Amino acid sequence: MTTTTKPATPVTATRGRRPGAGALALRQGRLEITQFLRSRESVVFTMGFPIIMILIFASIFHGTIGGGVKFTQYFITGMIATGLMTVSFQNLGIWIPVERDRGVLKRYRGTPMPKWVWFAGKVIMVVVIGIAETALLLAFAVALFDLDLPGTAGKWLTFGWVAVLGVIACTLCGIAISSVASTARSGSAVVTPVSLILQFISGVFFVFTDLPTWMQQVAALFPLKWMCQGLRSVFLPESFGAQEPGGSFELGRVAVVLALWCVIGAVVCLTTFRWTTKRDG
Amino acid sequence: MDDELAISVRGLRKAYGDNAAVAGVDLDVRRGEVFALLGPNGAGKTTTVEILEGYRHRDAGEVSVLGTDPAHTDAEWRSRVGIVLQGTGEFDELTVAEVVRHFSGFYLDADDPAKVIERVGLAGKAKARTHTLSGGQKRRLDVALGIVGRPELLFLDEPTTGFDPEARREFWELIRDLAAAGTTIVLTTHYLDEAEALADRVGVIAGGRLVEVAAPNRLGNRQDALATVSWRTPEGTLESAQSATPTAFVADLAARHGGEVPGLTVTRPTLEDVYLTMIGHAR
Repeated sequence: MTTTTKPATPVTATRGRRPGAGALALRQGRLEITQFLRSRESVVFTMGFPIIMILIFASIFHGTIGGGVKFTQYFITGMIATGLMTVSFQNLGIWIPVERDRGVLKRYRGTPMPKWVWFAGKVIMVVVIGIAETALLLAFAVALFDLDLPGTAGKWLTFGWVAVLGVIACTLCGIAISSVASTARSGSAVVTPVSLILQFISGVFFVFTDLPTWMQQVAALFPLKWMCQGLRSVFLPESFGAQEPGGSFELGRVAVVLALWCVIGAVVCLTTFRWTTKRDG
Repeated sequence: MDDELAISVRGLRKAYGDNAAVAGVDLDVRRGEVFALLGPNGAGKTTTVEILEGYRHRDAGEVSVLGTDPAHTDAEWRSRVGIVLQGTGEFDELTVAEVVRHFSGFYLDADDPAKVIERVGLAGKAKARTHTLSGGQKRRLDVALGIVGRPELLFLDEPTTGFDPEARREFWELIRDLAAAGTTIVLTTHYLDEAEALADRVGVIAGGRLVEVAAPNRLGNRQDALATVSWRTPEGTLESAQSATPTAFVADLAARHGGEVPGLTVTRPTLEDVYLTMIGHAR
């Protein structure tokens, strides 16, 4: 049997022109952000949602919740928390199944890209969009509804760590829940109800302590309630802590619960994340 | 491990439940070779190739691709292998240039993205969002992403499915270019003409087994098969005869006709005849 055999490719010695690990992650993040911003649905429904909600809420409720504190001051905390959850948990939980179904993830796996770079890209995207969205939300609320921004560095610091920890927890949970959806379309069917129910029971749309006690207790198992609570300590006067279910803003417990969700999310991600769909064997 | 071999497979098996998708495949692909895996849908082509690409785990068998077991690969190995999958992963919101440039960043020794785009014939579409591309253009983008890392070994899974004839011809030229530059190419196809036009050797796969591996013109001992000579008698009826020595047969025929033989044809089994016989036996 004769066969044509062509000369083998000489192995080129010019190796190592690839960007370093950090640069790879930043490129990935930039790509994710570009994709997000160019997708009209993402911008309108993910970034715009909390702003639309605060416009509606602040227009309906003009009153105060006692002590001369405006409704807006209370609801802004829920809107910030919801916004952060939307951009992380909901955004990833809906889009990752789409990318998996379209074979985008499979294609990345076929390249020498280190796996973590892809996750880093998602995290960078979530953090950048989360900051932009929160800034936009605050700007709207200050301009239109006389929101009082936190007055001390300490409060801004609390704002910072609650937001960061909350976003990390929600990002990891979003990636984790993305593996539940078996097709592109089922992502939003899985994530939207979870998200909506958490918003209702965690005091995003209502004053949390007005909710039935059992509902408050269920909500206390999940991160959103604690994000809202941490943010209330930033936007409400100190004295309002006494009205919380625990008698104070319980910042220590906020940190513990959110950190715990980070761990749970990370473990689930590491054990269940799939780069390919189930039909890909 | 033989250095001349890009791929070596022994006793490869993979089952999904009770269905043995790959039922004992042995296969060698030499460096620099264009190897086509030809078979009907569901024959086990994609499963085999995806095991070689490191996407799927095998149940049994030994596999070595560029000297490495694809079940345990690293970034270095991945940068030497280019993959064009059957389904295309799409980046709707990005332009062709953005996607190719981004992927070039993953490789140790990537080619110039603009050159790659030019090479696959998408230069005019470099600034177009990928969702505006036609099916054939999307496939070219897939190939661009497969070759941007200058792979030593390129896998192409049914690369021209859905192409119009002209697009296929252009695509074949691209594959020939890559092969001429020394890239080892493994492609799966269910088009016989594609295997015949591109491959140095063809492996026919059916029912999860390699039925035969041979150069396209030797598949099923085509070159040794009896030739069929047919012609028309002066009365206009079609006559035909099988012959191992068709040249002598035709010379004799010409002598008997005293010149031109009306309606003369000499044929051997086409690749399609051979192929259909082969996959028919396997079923």
